[in-house]
Amino acid sequence: MTDFLDAVVLLTNFVLVPGVTYGSQLALGALGVTLIYGILRFANFAHGDMMAFGAMVVIFMTWWLQSLGVSIAPLPVALVALPVGIVAAIAMSLATDRLVYRFYRRSKAPSVIYILTSIGVMFVMNGIVRFIIGPDDQRFTDGARFIITARGFKEATGLHEGLAIKLTQALTVLITLIVVVALFRFLQKSRTGKAMRAYSDNEDLALLSGVSPERVVFFAWLIAAALATIAGSLYGLDKSFKPFTYFQLLLPIFASAIVGGIGQPLGAVVGGFIIAFSEVTITYAYKKFLRYLLPDSWAPESLVQFLSTDYKFAISFVILVVVLLVRPTGIYGGRSS
Amino acid sequence: MKFSNRIISAAAAVAFVAATGFALAPAAKAGDDVKVGIIFGFTGPIESLTPGMAASAELAMKEVTDSGKLLGGMAMVPVRGDSTCVDSAAATAAAERLITADSVAAIVGADCSGVTTSIANNTAVPNGVVMVSPSATSPALSTIEDKGYFFRTAPSDARQGQVLADVLKARGIMNVAVTYTNNDYGKGLAESFDNAFTAHGGKIEMSAAHEDGKGDYSAEVGALAASGAANLVVFGYLDQGGKGIIQTSLDTGAFDSFILADGMIGQTLIDNIGAGLNGAIGTLPGSESEGAKLFLSVASAGGVDGDGPFRGESYDAAALIALAIQAAGSADRSAIQAKIMAVANAPGEQILPGQLAKGLQILADGGEVDYQGASNVELTDVGEAAGSYKELEVVNGAFKTISIH
Repeated sequence: MTDFLDAVVLLTNFVLVPGVTYGSQLALGALGVTLIYGILRFANFAHGDMMAFGAMVVIFMTWWLQSLGVSIAPLPVALVALPVGIVAAIAMSLATDRLVYRFYRRSKAPSVIYILTSIGVMFVMNGIVRFIIGPDDQRFTDGARFIITARGFKEATGLHEGLAIKLTQALTVLITLIVVVALFRFLQKSRTGKAMRAYSDNEDLALLSGVSPERVVFFAWLIAAALATIAGSLYGLDKSFKPFTYFQLLLPIFASAIVGGIGQPLGAVVGGFIIAFSEVTITYAYKKFLRYLLPDSWAPESLVQFLSTDYKFAISFVILVVVLLVRPTGIYGGRSS
Repeated sequence: MKFSNRIISAAAAVAFVAATGFALAPAAKAGDDVKVGIIFGFTGPIESLTPGMAASAELAMKEVTDSGKLLGGMAMVPVRGDSTCVDSAAATAAAERLITADSVAAIVGADCSGVTTSIANNTAVPNGVVMVSPSATSPALSTIEDKGYFFRTAPSDARQGQVLADVLKARGIMNVAVTYTNNDYGKGLAESFDNAFTAHGGKIEMSAAHEDGKGDYSAEVGALAASGAANLVVFGYLDQGGKGIIQTSLDTGAFDSFILADGMIGQTLIDNIGAGLNGAIGTLPGSESEGAKLFLSVASAGGVDGDGPFRGESYDAAALIALAIQAAGSADRSAIQAKIMAVANAPGEQILPGQLAKGLQILADGGEVDYQGASNVELTDVGEAAGSYKELEVVNGAFKTISIH
């Protein structure tokens, strides 16, 4: 019986907890991408660097608050700084829209132009973030680190395996849940949300019904920037802030959005978890897990690892390619691009 | 009319060149500098180590200049370049600049094995410039086509892997998982450790590479933990993936016993990780010889903290170049190459840190020196340090030397 519990705890510690956390972070990122795709109809490659930009503002604000001695222990001060980061990211998004994207929107540019433009915006944003905060790792976590520590869990339960849950992991999941519920309520119930959905489903019909396109675009950027900042800050809090890692996150985020069906908010959330769990479960080595479950004579000698962890990012790629080949509209039947 | 004008201006030009040439020539002789490049990764994964290394090399150069004995009073001027530790193209470009634009006589560096190899292959060896690396430790560097121009005051990791395996055997640790940074340094060290440790009868449950610069190492740590090993050997960098792996291991309770190689040794690692690192053991090139102690006092007198990874080796690299220049009697690049082995090894008067003036004087008088320096320099026939290693353990938040191997 303890063997079985050990096996469960082992898998929870190394697969379930990291998977849920990472899935939440991807879901938040993918929601932003999918929203911009639904309203503005282009794949926004600058989204990863918008996450870095928002997180950067949060970090500066956090440092400033920390220097003033502000503390909301056990919670990290970054939560207080979050709204400032969101406002800054929204301002940045709207400025970019005004300066860059609006020109192409008015000239009814084809979507490939938008995509290339967003790659340009991505590089500019990338440069701005590195110029201001530098390319290095930054630490801005404070408050308690753990809810459950591995050692504490072992002592409390008497099991061989430990279970650790970081405060930042719990916060990530909790905040994601709140944000996703709030966003879905907004899209389903509010007038603006309905207008956005209408605009996304059928632009011409929405315009005929009196939906103001500039207003819809304004809200799309506003929500996308807020989501990006929250996702970026949570990722930085939980893992580490380094501008380059946000650039790397772009691939799994796009894979999440496309797997779920791009333009479908629910798909983005589901896609985020699918990608996260695929990455974690495929690169995990099941040797120890099977040793707990199987009789000694059956216990595997090899690691029972499907793919080396080096190939983590490749998994997103493979899923992306397979989905685009087999079901280009994704699980929830979004647009095929 | 036109014709004669041309003749006049040409004559004037010749006269001008001749005059300035004559005017400059004596000045060049008295106040000329010997430029020596220092190529370290001032940005990148070991950027917290390099300032101390560069300061140590520059300390030796200052000592040489202040002695006034180098080729009858020449100054030894350091020119820094950034190897970035990881970007071969950037490192080669930096070395190219030092060699062609700054015309350095020799190079102290580079630091990390990968960039050192590409600088040696692409620019230093083709241009006939001596490189003395204080910290590139990949076994592969023993066998590159260096035409005798590459030296190192750091020993090859073939030796470090052996020493580390010996240390683990002596401590009764026979079951480990290995994670190494995915480059020449990490792979070379992992291989030599693998051979030595298995020969001792130890078992490596898993040996996996990790990429530097990722935000999240939970998948890597999860796989390592699943191997069932109780101890984790980390061949990485303390500012990079190595730190991430250890942090994640402690967070998830995957490992609490760590074995570190030289790239992981540094106070910043302990400052970042905290108490969880207590009890970790590691190896670092170096010794506690008279030279090593002397170097600490010479360094602190010069305003440099000499107590850090590869600082003594950096001082020694610069000192070797200075002595070789003196022995050759000129700052000519190939002349330097011909003399490095002669000043590093016996026979001759032993020279310790702080005694460079004495060494330069002996060479000027036609004698021979056997430079010992901070790291007991003794170059093997492929031009690398034979190497002694410190066995370190983290005790109460600091690396403490346990013994010398």
